[in-house]
This record gives sequence, structure tokens and C-alpha cells, in this order.
Amino acid sequence: MRAILLPERRWETSGSIMVSYLEFEKPVAALESRIAELRAAAEGDEVDIASELRRLESKSADLLASTYSALTPWQKTQVSRHPARPHFRDYVAHAFEDFIPLGGDRYFGEDEAILGGIARLNGRKLMLIGHEKGHDTETRLRHNFGMGKPEGYRKAVRLMELADRFGLPVVTLVDTSGAFPGVEAEERGQAEAIARSTEACLALGVPMVAAIVGEGGSGGAVALASAERVLMLEHAVYSVISPEGCASILWRTAEKAPDAAEAMKMTAQDLLRLKIIDRIVSEPVGGAHRDPATTAKALGIAIDEELAALSGVSAADLRRRREDRFLAIGAG
Amino acid sequence: MNWLTRIRSRLPFKSKRESSENLWVKCPNCAEMLFAREYEANLFVCPRCGHHGRIGADERLAQIMDDGFSVLPAPRVKEDPLKFRDSKRYSDRLKQARAASPHHDAFTAALGSIMGHKAVVGVQDFTFMGGSMGMAVGAALVAAAQRALDEKCAFIVFTAAGGARMQEGILSLMQMPKATVMTRRLKEAGLPYIVVLTDPTTGGVTASYAMLGDIHISEPGALIGFAGQRVIQDTIREKLPEGFQRAEYLHKHGMVDMVVERKDLRERLADLLDYLAPAQAA
Repeated sequence: MRAILLPERRWETSGSIMVSYLEFEKPVAALESRIAELRAAAEGDEVDIASELRRLESKSADLLASTYSALTPWQKTQVSRHPARPHFRDYVAHAFEDFIPLGGDRYFGEDEAILGGIARLNGRKLMLIGHEKGHDTETRLRHNFGMGKPEGYRKAVRLMELADRFGLPVVTLVDTSGAFPGVEAEERGQAEAIARSTEACLALGVPMVAAIVGEGGSGGAVALASAERVLMLEHAVYSVISPEGCASILWRTAEKAPDAAEAMKMTAQDLLRLKIIDRIVSEPVGGAHRDPATTAKALGIAIDEELAALSGVSAADLRRRREDRFLAIGAG
Repeated sequence: MNWLTRIRSRLPFKSKRESSENLWVKCPNCAEMLFAREYEANLFVCPRCGHHGRIGADERLAQIMDDGFSVLPAPRVKEDPLKFRDSKRYSDRLKQARAASPHHDAFTAALGSIMGHKAVVGVQDFTFMGGSMGMAVGAALVAAAQRALDEKCAFIVFTAAGGARMQEGILSLMQMPKATVMTRRLKEAGLPYIVVLTDPTTGGVTASYAMLGDIHISEPGALIGFAGQRVIQDTIREKLPEGFQRAEYLHKHGMVDMVVERKDLRERLADLLDYLAPAQAA
């Protein structure tokens, strides 16, 4: 429900590849830049630096692993928003064999913050729907930073109903700071569109698997995540409001966002404990942004396993499982 | 402060003055001083400017339902599941809210009738932690909808909420699909589900059961929307249009069927229930 509040980021250049480090990754950044320097110095020179390089590289790898094994909820929030984090198009490229995009809600327009289409995963035909945030200025604007408008949610409803008619399981990739908070979105019924999308999830007679791959922000996320199986990437977050939003309301200052992130229990690990999600998919050491292809493949395998387990379950059973899942939350 | 008020404030007649002040209330919209008993008799609507004041669950049920309705027991849920603490403990905030309210949480439902038409009526109470939707609200709504299913009667919800109860984190967000399970069941059972949107209805409440009714009614001037106005303003950095997110604006944009004044609500609901009576139960 809040506008994107991107934290200050430092962009550093190492060689020709631009790597962006988060604030808490500074020690890793220092080591990696030292390694790059050594490599550059070694070129043409016959000085034996191999052992020093090996030592530094192993130190750097250890530091990265230990940093990422103990991320705080606020640090995970930053990782989940990392500019190089894989998004919808990366999953399509690396996890699915085929993808035919389908566009439009048939009422108003085409919202590129929410993409969808027919796809194939390990030979299995399915309907793939998800948020796309974009990866550079131009695409971020085109995809509206992954903040869906009513027409995006109405397209999702259309595609879910289409999938239901043709027996295609529905897979969603959730990655949004929240639905777009703007005048035209309100005017066209943002709340109604989100409510109908949630309703459409619950009505499906085909299997539905949702994966929170980055930020699962509020109603804009739940509208695509009301599934019988909900997966989450290791460093993804899922919450009722952004930590900044929560902090500015309850603490009266957005600076308390780290405390709010802690208090809200928004990490995959907390949510598994609370039985809000069913399964955590591991990310490569150092986060999904260090290796989008491997991340996508791991997620693809997990989704495929979930779909395999759901195949053959009757429509009525699937609906009942979905309903029971949400009715049970908070009971007892 | 002039000399007269300064002297007055030192005089030992304060308690008496305060009790006489309780006879008067100020309209939050036009600031007119209203005689409290007249304001109440006018259903907490300002006779001067027509502003519809926020009212609690008990007042609402009494205004809408026939005499003899029974308030449904509030289901108990796990309290403060996240052990949430901001500047205050959530458990303390709950205690404070309960001390100031006749009810256990922000959703109260009753079974009875409206001009002879059987119905379960649920009322969200803005005065209880901003009407916010947490597990208790979700559980009460589910129980009320289930009662309507059992009784094969209509379900009417008066919404009022700032949104989700942040102190329950993700568990409050999960009330959205949870409530939607029940609105779907009512639909499948062929029972009418009517939403009356009152001031204010925003956030996750609007984006779930408040927008899934067979019929949407709103009280005049009620603030209804998904995103908060400050958030929208911070995003677009422009002035918001006149009357933005008010009941009349939603009516104009096709999100509510009608805007109905409080004095006409009971009769309008009864008329609608008459038309929408479940065919097999009639």
C-alpha cells in the first residue's frame, strides 16, 4: 500500500561489470575489490600472487556466506528489493521452456506491472502470472516498478478463469511493494480489482501454486497469492505493509523501519514457522541477484514438485484445501 | 485567554461546567454546537450540515434492526500472536481499547430481523483501534457469515476501518482471503450479501469483503478507498481532486450502487431484502 521507498544504494564499478552492494555488504565489497585489483595487477606480471588470491577469495566467500546466513529482517527487505534481483522475465528465461504472453483486461488496458501467459515447465502446460518490476530506468517505468493497477488485477482474473476452463494449473510469481497508490487506480476501483483477484484464486478448480520471489507487499501481493501452496525464496519478504509504512504509522518515523521489519515477522523463516507459507526455496550464497539462473532453476524444480503432488486432485478438493488453509489461520 | 476566562478557570465550579458541556457536542464537520440528545435522536447526523457522525456497533444495531435481536458471541482468538511492540505493547493497546469499549474487539454481529426480514448484521466499530482488521475481526466475520449460512438468511456488513491491524502483521493480511472464502460461500448458497460502507473504509478491508457484496450502499460523505490519501499524495505529488474517495465519488465511478442517508437505511435495507429473498427459503 505504500509507494516504493528505495533505500540509499551505492553503485560501484568493478572491471566492466557493475555490481551494486547493499550497505551491509561493505566488508564483502572491500574484499572483492581487492581481489579485482590483484587480478588486474597480475596481468602481464609474473609475480606469484596465486596463493594470496586464493586466500582472499576464500576469505571473501566465507564472509559472504556468514553475512547471508545471518541477515536481519531489514537486511532481507533490502535484498528482496535488490536492483539486480531476478524478476519475472528472468524466471521465464531460466525456469520455463516456453512462454506466450497474453495481454489486456478487456475493459480498460494492458498493465505491464502484472504479466501473464501460457507457459511450459518441465513439459507441464500452465498459466503463469506475476509482477514484473523492471531492471533499468526505462523498464522500471514501463512496468510501473511492479505496482499493479486495477487493469492488471483484472487481467489476472481473466487469465485465471481462462486457465480454469482449459485445465491449466496456475503459477504466480509475487514481487511487488504493493498495488499502485494513485488517483486513477482508485478511480477505476483498485480495491474491487484486488478483492476480485483474491476471489478468483479461491474459485479455481485447477491447482494453484504461488511463489513470493521478492517483496510480497500487502493486498497487491495477496491478490495473486491466495493459493493452496505458497512458496517463498529464502530472502524474500511478505508483509501487510512495508516496514517504512509500518514505522511511520506506529513509531511516527520511517527511520524505525528496521524495528518494524523485526516486529512484523516478515521473513520466509518466520512465515514458515507461522504456517503462512509451506516451503522455502534456497537462494545461491550471497542472494538470488548473484546468480539469477540458478535461482530460477531451483524455483522451477520446487514449483514442478508442488504441481506434481497436486495433479489428479479433484476441483472440489483443491478448493476445499485452499479454503481450509485460510480459515485455519488464527484458529486455536 | 482573556481576563474573564482566566478568572473563570480558577473558580471551583469546573465539574459542574463539564457536566453541562456533556449536553453539547460539536459537529466534527461544521463545528455547530448541537444539543447531544437531539443529535442522538437525529441518529448522530448533524441537522445543520448533514454530516454523518461515526457510531459504535450498539447504536448501529439498534438503529437498523427490529427489537429483540441477539448479539452473537465473539469468538476468541490467540491474543498478540507476534508479541508485537512499537512504542507500546500491542497487548496494552488492546487492554486500553477494551476498557473504552463495550465489546471485545472491532466487529460485533447480531441475529435478528430488519422490518421483518431475517438477517445477520455485522458492524465494524471504528472507535475500537480504528476498526482495524486482525484475527478477532476476521474470526467474528467468519462466524457471523456462517450463522447466516446456517440460518439461510441475508448477511449485511457495515464496514469501517483504517485497514489491517498492523500489530498482527501477516496474520492480519491473511484475513483478506479468509473473509473472501465466506463471501464466496454466501454467493454459492444463494444468500444475499449486502455491504454498507461507512466512514472510513480503507485498505485491506475495502480490498476484500467490502467490495464483494451483491449490493454496495454507502452513507453520504464516507471516505472509501484502497490507498491512504497521504500515500497517494506522496506518490503523485499533486493536489487530490475535490471529493476524492468520498461516497459520492465512488458512486460516480461505479463502485457503489447507492448513497443512502442514515435515516433511510433501515427501510432501504428492508426493501432490498424483500427483493433478494432466497427463492427456496421464501
